[in-house]
Amino acid sequence: MTKYAPMYVQAAWLTLRLGVIGILCSLLIGLVCAILQYYRVPVFRRIVRIYIELSRNTPLLVQLFFLYFGLPKAGIRLSSEACAIIGLSFLGGSYMAEAFRSGLEAVEKSQVESGLSIGLRHGQLMRYVILPQVISTSVPAICANMIFLIKETSLFSAVALADLMYVAKDLIGLYYKTDEALLMLVISYLILLLPISLAASWLERRVRYAGFGN
Amino acid sequence: MQDLGIKVLFMGNNFWRLLMGMWITIRISLISAALSVVFGILLGMVMTVKHPLIQVLTRIYLEFIRIMPQLVLLFLVFFGLTSTFGINLSGETSAIIVFTLWGTAEMGDLVRGALISIPKHQYESGRALGLEPIQIYRYIIIPQTLRRLIPLAINLVTRMIKTTSLVVLIGVVEVVKVGQQIIEANRYTVPDATFWIYAVIFFLYFIVCWVISAGASALEHRWKN
Amino acid sequence: MGKKEVLLEIRNLHKDYGNGPVLEDISLQVEKGEVIVLVGPSGCGKSTLLRCINGLEPIQGGSILLDGREITDGKTNWSQVRQKIGMVFQSYDLFPNMTVLDNVLLGPLKVQKRQKAEAKAQAEQLLARVGLLQKKDAYPRELSGGQKQRVAIVRALMMEPEILLFDEVTAALDPEMVREVLDVMLELAESGSTMLIVTHELQFARAVADRIVFLDGGHIVEMDDPETFFTQPKSDRVHRFLNTFVFASQSQERKHSESQ
Repeated sequence: MTKYAPMYVQAAWLTLRLGVIGILCSLLIGLVCAILQYYRVPVFRRIVRIYIELSRNTPLLVQLFFLYFGLPKAGIRLSSEACAIIGLSFLGGSYMAEAFRSGLEAVEKSQVESGLSIGLRHGQLMRYVILPQVISTSVPAICANMIFLIKETSLFSAVALADLMYVAKDLIGLYYKTDEALLMLVISYLILLLPISLAASWLERRVRYAGFGN
Repeated sequence: MQDLGIKVLFMGNNFWRLLMGMWITIRISLISAALSVVFGILLGMVMTVKHPLIQVLTRIYLEFIRIMPQLVLLFLVFFGLTSTFGINLSGETSAIIVFTLWGTAEMGDLVRGALISIPKHQYESGRALGLEPIQIYRYIIIPQTLRRLIPLAINLVTRMIKTTSLVVLIGVVEVVKVGQQIIEANRYTVPDATFWIYAVIFFLYFIVCWVISAGASALEHRWKN
Repeated sequence: MGKKEVLLEIRNLHKDYGNGPVLEDISLQVEKGEVIVLVGPSGCGKSTLLRCINGLEPIQGGSILLDGREITDGKTNWSQVRQKIGMVFQSYDLFPNMTVLDNVLLGPLKVQKRQKAEAKAQAEQLLARVGLLQKKDAYPRELSGGQKQRVAIVRALMMEPEILLFDEVTAALDPEMVREVLDVMLELAESGSTMLIVTHELQFARAVADRIVFLDGGHIVEMDDPETFFTQPKSDRVHRFLNTFVFASQSQERKHSESQ
């Protein structure tokens, strides 16, 4: 079994790397979308709405297939990694947008008014008053989304990336080491996700009990 | 090229085949969702029992199912059961087992949440009337939790439909597989069919899930007031 | 008392949410150093008036002038004007993500771009004045309602405003905490601050006000010095309003009229 361990480590590393990049992009997309909705920016707000519906109501696998197999026929050729990152960000952006949106809605209107009343401009208000509050209230949802997105990286093998699933499938298909392959697979994902999951629930408790309150 | 590619859809019964593929996906999801609701309600009720062993076991089950990517679970059942126990399952059966296990965990947690959110005095006043525990559930608790649960259960169905797209990776012939077959069959005559077929599959999923989730949020909205 | 300079002037103000006027033909002059208390039944538009002055509500007619310059002509740089108009709200609205000190320093540092050391010295001095210097590193959630409201007053004072608006600042407080906030306001009034106060605390209004303005149904019904207002109200409406606060005398009156 130890013979295959390096393959898994390498694969886990790839999963983690692409997952982290995808999550960062998702956070950025989500924040921008949520702010466009919050300020009810005309036209953009519509586009954001359509994007969120498209992203939330389609499976990542189909998104990836479309990017990887479909787009080249329209003249856009992307590498496996690019497809994986774009796919994950397209999916994650809408989930993060919803997390930020509910955080933004939770900020009282009177907070905005008292910020305005000391002369803060809208940008300053967002930066010093609103966003710090949003980030703390959205932490549980953001963590849940992160775990969800890391799990979704398991589909990357479908676009020919040598991730954990790919390695496991290889071992099953080529060497018939099904039991070992599956056990290693489960262990790898536990190692990858358990710390995040525990950290998330710790953070959630902290936010809930020591939250800002009012 | 555009007008070339899309025509593959209308050649023979290709579109109909895609729709039938979609139906396989929906069928797997609906069977799994129905089973999940039944087992989930049972699990949720069991989880409210304050027995340490029950608490630990249900907790482990829940956490394991939630932390594992569904694709890993599919592999475990589809490949693992065969190699370890010699049980040979079809891809579709494996999928239903996995999605039911997963849906039961999700549903169970929702049911537990709904149950513990019901104030204790509801149980107490039921008991004060001399109702049996079964009757308390039947007449007091279940009607109250149902309204909160139904929209969440419907959302679970859309999540299940999206997740069912994975079954193509364990060889089930559903919409994506049908799409790939159509692409293969027309590889030389309509080379850019790939783009259009995947776009159509994308929108098939979108329409199905969007309609269902719009229905769920409408229901949620109406019951809130 | 000589003629003082007019700081804030409201001319024929008209405010409408689209379903009938909320404020109609309001005209009011506030002199420098003057304390005006707005009273009236709930929904009479007194809070709306304060919000209009601070630009939180658009107005549909008339004008508001600060230092003789119109601030309601649509060309106003509200960020600048609001530095001159301090406002304290009913729900305190300290920023929960910042300590007390950071709350009161946010405006001076980010809006007025003042030096940190100098602003901090002023903040500590003002916090000491309201008796909260020892709480400067606390978060709002660790403070009582009365303490939060006193911090909110300091936050407004830090901008060195020309006029202070108080919107029912004691309405959300537990009764035993009302006093500590009113004391701060009394002290501010005595030190010469220009203030416009909306309150239901009539005793306090009588003690602090130079003038009382009574609003009802979006109109100014009566405007008088506190003594005249409370002892010889001119209109029947004010008389009835004042009576709703006096339980004992009302029942005595009833007994009185019954015995006649």
